[in-house]
Amino acid sequence: MNFQKPSWMILGTLILVLLPWILFSEFLISFAVIVLYSATIGHSWNILGGYAGQFSFGSVLFFGTGAYTSSVLQMNFGINPWIGLIAGILMGALVGAFVGFLSFRFGLRGSYFALITLAFAEAFRIIANTVEFTGAGMGIYIPLDQHPLNFQFEGRTGFYYVILALFLIATAITLKLENSRFGSRLKAIRENEDAAEALGINTFRLKMQAIMISGGIGASGGTFYAQYYLYIDPSIAYGVDKSVEMLLVSIIGGMGTVMGPFIGSLVLHLINEISRHFINAPGLSLVVYGVILVLIIGFLPKGLTGAFQSQKKVKRA
Amino acid sequence: MFEPVILVTALINGLMFGAIYALVALGLTLIYGVLHIINFAHGALLMLAMYAVYFLFNLLGIDPYLALLLVIPSFFVLGYLLYRGIIGKLAHGQDQNILLITLGLSVIFENAALFFFKADTQTLNLDYAYEMIEIGPALVTLPKLISFGASIVIGLALWLLMAKTDLGKAIRAVAKERVGARLMGINVDHIFAVSYGIGIACLGAAACLLMPSFYVTPTIGHVFVIIAFTIVVLGGMGSFIGALVGGFIIGITESFGGLFLGESLGQIGIPLIFVLILLFRPTGLFGVKA
Repeated sequence: MNFQKPSWMILGTLILVLLPWILFSEFLISFAVIVLYSATIGHSWNILGGYAGQFSFGSVLFFGTGAYTSSVLQMNFGINPWIGLIAGILMGALVGAFVGFLSFRFGLRGSYFALITLAFAEAFRIIANTVEFTGAGMGIYIPLDQHPLNFQFEGRTGFYYVILALFLIATAITLKLENSRFGSRLKAIRENEDAAEALGINTFRLKMQAIMISGGIGASGGTFYAQYYLYIDPSIAYGVDKSVEMLLVSIIGGMGTVMGPFIGSLVLHLINEISRHFINAPGLSLVVYGVILVLIIGFLPKGLTGAFQSQKKVKRA
Repeated sequence: MFEPVILVTALINGLMFGAIYALVALGLTLIYGVLHIINFAHGALLMLAMYAVYFLFNLLGIDPYLALLLVIPSFFVLGYLLYRGIIGKLAHGQDQNILLITLGLSVIFENAALFFFKADTQTLNLDYAYEMIEIGPALVTLPKLISFGASIVIGLALWLLMAKTDLGKAIRAVAKERVGARLMGINVDHIFAVSYGIGIACLGAAACLLMPSFYVTPTIGHVFVIIAFTIVVLGGMGSFIGALVGGFIIGITESFGGLFLGESLGQIGIPLIFVLILLFRPTGLFGVKA
C-alpha cells in the first residue's frame, strides 16, 4: 500500500472529514482528537528530524512556546486565542530560528544538536517556572467560556475540526517536501551533509527553513493543547515527555514519510487505550511503546510505513 | 550581601554534590570515550539503581553503604547484558540508532518503574542521615561527606583500572582503534560490553552514595541526565579528569545559583553552561578535537 498516492490521500481526508458523523460517541471523537493532535506535533519533529536529519530531543520547545504564547496573550492582554494561534505559530518559528541559528551557525550536528535542543528546552522550562507572566510554577488556567469565537467548543466535534485542519495543513506541508526540490535538498542533507554542501546546497539556510517550519507546526499543536485542556504549566510545556512523544510517533510510524506521524500516533493511542481498558495502570502503555521503538530501530528502520512500502518494492522486483 | 560562612557552606555543599555528579558523569564519559555513543538511558539506569538501594534497605535492611558491594557488581552485569543483548545487537553500528535505542530503553525503564513502584517520592529513613560534621566554619551532613570521599576513591580506582591493568589497556586500545585492536586479538564486542558495564556500575555506586541524602521517583533520571551530559560536555567527551573537574564546577554552579538566584531560577546555570560550552567549545575543557 502506498499511502502517498493522491487517491489514498483524498479518500483518507474524506474519511477524516466525515468521521464525526460516523463515530457517534464523544469518547471515540475525543480519541480521534488526541490521535490527530499527536500526529500534528509529530509532523513538527518529522520535518526537522525525519526529512532534514536533525534529531531534536527538545522539540517540546515549539509546543510549549505555542501553548504559552496564546495563553499569555489571552490572560494578560485579553487577546483572542484565534489570534493567539497565529501569534503562537509565529513565535514557534521564531524560537526555531533562534535555536537553529545558534546551533547551525556553530556547526552542531548529530548528537550535539540533540543535546543542545534538550538544554534549550530545560532553560525555557526553568524560565517559565520562574517569571510572573507565565504564572510561574502554578501554570495558567484559562477560564471556561465556551464559544467558537473563543476557541472553546461545547462538544468535541468543534475541537475535532480545528485539529483536523491543523493536521491537514501539516500533512500538506510534508507532502510538499516529498515532491519538491526543497524536500529533496533536505533529504540530501540528511543522507550526507558534507556531500550536500559540496554540491552547492546552502545547508545552513535549508536547515533554518526546516527548523522554522517545524517550530510553527509544533506551536500550533501547543496552542491547541492549551485551548483543549484549558491549562498549561512549565513541566507540560517544556518537559521531556512531549519531546519524546513527538519523536516516538514519527519514528514508529516511519520518519521521513508523510504518513509516519499519523500511523505512529494511531498505534500509540490505540495501545494506550487498550492497556488502560484492561489494566488501569499508568506507564504500562509507554513500556509497550518503548519496546516497539527498540524493536523498530532494530528490525524496521523505516518504521511501520516503511514496512508496508518495502514489501511492495520487493514484490515489484 | 552574604556572610562568608554562608558562601563557604554553599561552596562545600557544591563540592559534595559535585563529587556524586562526577561519578554519574564518569560512567557516561567512559561509555562515550570507548563506544562513541551517547547513552541516553543513563538517567533511567541511575533511577533503577536508586530503587535497588531503596528496596535493599527497606525489604532486607541492608545499609546503603554495604549495598555498594551488591549493587556495583549487579549493575555491571546488567550493563554488560544490556549491551550484549540489546544495544550492540540492534543498533547495526549506527550512532543515531544507539541514541534512539537508549532513549527507548529509558522510556521502558521509567514507565516500568512508574507501573511497579508508583509515582510517589521515596526516601530512606536512616539514623545517621542528619548527623552533622564540622568542616571549618561550615556544617555538612555525614552522608554527604562520605559520598564525597567515596566518589573520589571510586574515581581514582577507575583511573587506576584504566591506566594500569591489562583490561584498561584493552579498553583504551579499542577506544583508539577498533580494527587494530581486533587484529591484536582483542575481543572488541566483549570490551564494548565491559566498558558499558563499568559505566553502569558507576551508576550503581552513585546510587548507593546518593540515597542516604536524596530521594527517588521514577522520573528522577531526567534531573541527572541533563546534569551528567552537561558535565561530560563541559569536561570534554571521554575525558576522565574532565568529568571530575566538570562535576565540581557544576556542583558549585548549582549551589551558588540557588543561593544568588533563588530556588527556581538558580537551576538555569546548568543548561546555560551546557548551551554555552556546546556553542563555543564543544570539545570541552579537557577534550581533544575529534
